Amino acid sequence: MRVMLIDDSKTMRNIQKSVLRQLGHTEIEEACDGQDALSKIGSFAPDLVLVDWNMPNMDGLTFVKTYRKANKTTPLIMVTTEAEKARVIEAIKAGVNNYVVKPFTPDLLGQRIDETMAKLAAG
Amino acid sequence: MNPNYIAPFVASIKNVFSTMLQLEVNVGEPKLKSASEPTHDVSGIIAMSGEVEGTITLSFELNAATAIVALFCGDKLDPSSPDYVDAVGELVNMVSGGAKAKFPQGGSVSISCPSVIVGAGHTVQTRSDTPCVLIPCTTDCGELTIEVAIRENTTQSSSETASGASVNV
Repeated sequence: MRVMLIDDSKTMRNIQKSVLRQLGHTEIEEACDGQDALSKIGSFAPDLVLVDWNMPNMDGLTFVKTYRKANKTTPLIMVTTEAEKARVIEAIKAGVNNYVVKPFTPDLLGQRIDETMAKLAAG
Repeated sequence: MNPNYIAPFVASIKNVFSTMLQLEVNVGEPKLKSASEPTHDVSGIIAMSGEVEGTITLSFELNAATAIVALFCGDKLDPSSPDYVDAVGELVNMVSGGAKAKFPQGGSVSISCPSVIVGAGHTVQTRSDTPCVLIPCTTDCGELTIEVAIRENTTQSSSETASGASVNV
């Protein structure tokens, strides 16, 4: 599975990469903000996108809204410190398929990825 | 400052450090910080805006920061490394984000991207009209403090302006 990680923190990208590799996903592309992601996502064509919310240049919510205009199907998981219910609803309305609040355990992130992909496979 | 804004930071730092670092945090008695009181050697700063505005500073002794960053990144990093700064910034981001979700009014509060200062002897000066509460924390890696300088925002017009801190080195 091809996964794109969008987070301005290299530390968080490394942690998420480690979880993905443990799950057997080694085709990973990284982006440091929404703009960077939009410039890379067309050629990388991910099967799954993990996206942070608060980032410079283009935040994760704007990225989701922009990406969803062109792509309605690729699953998006928001991985963020934004934990308020209103923010979760806002993200889901914008088009994210699942939501992980930082801090997270590797097990929780893996579980959310598995359930997101299983739901997609089930149609 | 409403004391109900302090407890969320205590809960959040315990949660962040136990989840991401498997590190216990012992929290001391919060106190008001005097204007010129220096912070520790490494500070991560984040601004809040919206229904609550001000700044949050997570400040570490150098040895504590270095040990905590090593736990977080799985590798010992030099304080001059961009990855070291990145890790400190992400810690203050998670602590602040977790705390604001538990604020008493449950309103809309945004946080900025973090800034990080590395260097002994710096001070972080917050707005003169906003008291700064210092929460001392002890871990097996060393000491750190959370400096909470926030207030409820009663004016709609200033709700979109992040309130920055100034730094003296």
